[in-house]
Amino acid sequence: METLESAQITVEACISSSVSTAPVTTLPPRHSVLVRVTHWIITLCFFALLLTGVEILISHPRFYWGETGNVLTTPLFQLHIPSSRALVPTGYGYVLPDQNGWSRALHFEAAWIAVLTGLLYAISGLFTGHFRKDLLPSRADLSWRVLSTSIAKALRFERPSEAEASSSYNVLQRLTYVFVIFVLFPLVIWTGLALSPAFISAFPASVTLLGGRQSARTIHFFVSVALVLFLLVHVTMVCLAGFRSRTGAMITGRTAARKEHT
Amino acid sequence: MIDLSRRKLILTGLAATAGASGLAMAARLAQKYGLVPPDHGGIYGLGETLTFASQRLLTRHSLAREFPRSQISPRPFPNELAPLTEDFKRLQAGSFAEWRLSVDGMVAQPASFSISELKSYPSRSHITELVCEEGWSYIAEWIGVPLSHVLQLVGVHPQAKYVVYVSMEPDTWDSIDMADALHPQTFLCYGMNGNELPVAHGGPLRMRLPRQLGYKNVKFITRLTVTDSLKKFGKGVGSAASEAGYAWYVGI
Repeated sequence: METLESAQITVEACISSSVSTAPVTTLPPRHSVLVRVTHWIITLCFFALLLTGVEILISHPRFYWGETGNVLTTPLFQLHIPSSRALVPTGYGYVLPDQNGWSRALHFEAAWIAVLTGLLYAISGLFTGHFRKDLLPSRADLSWRVLSTSIAKALRFERPSEAEASSSYNVLQRLTYVFVIFVLFPLVIWTGLALSPAFISAFPASVTLLGGRQSARTIHFFVSVALVLFLLVHVTMVCLAGFRSRTGAMITGRTAARKEHT
Repeated sequence: MIDLSRRKLILTGLAATAGASGLAMAARLAQKYGLVPPDHGGIYGLGETLTFASQRLLTRHSLAREFPRSQISPRPFPNELAPLTEDFKRLQAGSFAEWRLSVDGMVAQPASFSISELKSYPSRSHITELVCEEGWSYIAEWIGVPLSHVLQLVGVHPQAKYVVYVSMEPDTWDSIDMADALHPQTFLCYGMNGNELPVAHGGPLRMRLPRQLGYKNVKFITRLTVTDSLKKFGKGVGSAASEAGYAWYVGI
């Protein structure tokens, strides 16, 4: 298997460097169908979760640490934005309209779809070797030399060479994706579940381990902020690498539109 | 390009048929075992149903966390109240001696109880957290009579599926399924932190179920109706809150 694949990649690299008119459809897809479909479903869910999360947050833009917290207790910090509830002291002379009904419904529906889609992706990623081949950095990749070169390149906003970009991810990309998929996503799901009174009645450790309900809510907020930062970097990198070719690859699977750069 | 062999077509057809009938079967089973919430319609019905069904399967008998007395919040935050009605103020002036809780519907003996009658039944308490959908919370000791005790007194018909509870506040009512109604921590609550339940927190009588969010814990309860269907109540989606776009089941 391994040798076959590496041979394929070499052939692909030769084709792309010598004859760019080679029929694109014969190349192996950059992203499998499953990766592409789950990517866009999760993208849609992410935007729904982000929008509705902000709406829910507006009804109480104060954060606490520990088990309890309300407007009669001292917050850990407060966002200086207006609120959709009159009893929250914001310093603004007006109250925003209440959007929590549909926001909450959409938040949980999108969460369900994202989690089920994510499970499908994770299980298939284990079985197809997608995680091992495409995402986990190799031992050699984790040396200081490779890491520092990779970081230096990223800091210079250097565009990856075509051969490098079309074959696989560099070590920084791999580490980032692994962190998002195996740390941030599980953490945002966990802290979300820890806010469910019924779920924690059956699994109380899910909230006590986080230091209490309000701690869980505060962590949920910070993990969401981290995910938004990832999104910004991710879209920036896609733009630097060529928005049309990269987005096209995530839609059709083909490393098409080589002509864009040649 | 795509190899459309007969075998593939047949296999795909069989898989699609199996999938469709599997889904239909799952929907029938879910309905039969009371896993479908009354607000299952509309674009958010999928999410509401998945949450309710999975939590009924996982958490039917689980108990909400209870806290030590030392963790009771010194200043429990009472949320905004609608202006009290004249009827309420009249009862309040008489120290709620005239307050009645009526119980009707699918019961052997419809009855009505005063607050002191409710207090004469075995009193229970739990120190639990009240959680608002907005995100804030506090811990208090809640004192009352388990709803199951009152339901036992009036004799609930075996085909009953829901208990509808109505507030004295205008247009305020809600409902729970029998799993929540018979849950040992579901109280008709008349006391808080060793005292009477303050009016700001729903006194003289509030529904208290710690495994759901605050708005399900309706204040100023005057009537319970036991039923096997929520279709005839309001718009048929189970509560005034879900008519306003808020989920009926908020174990979340």
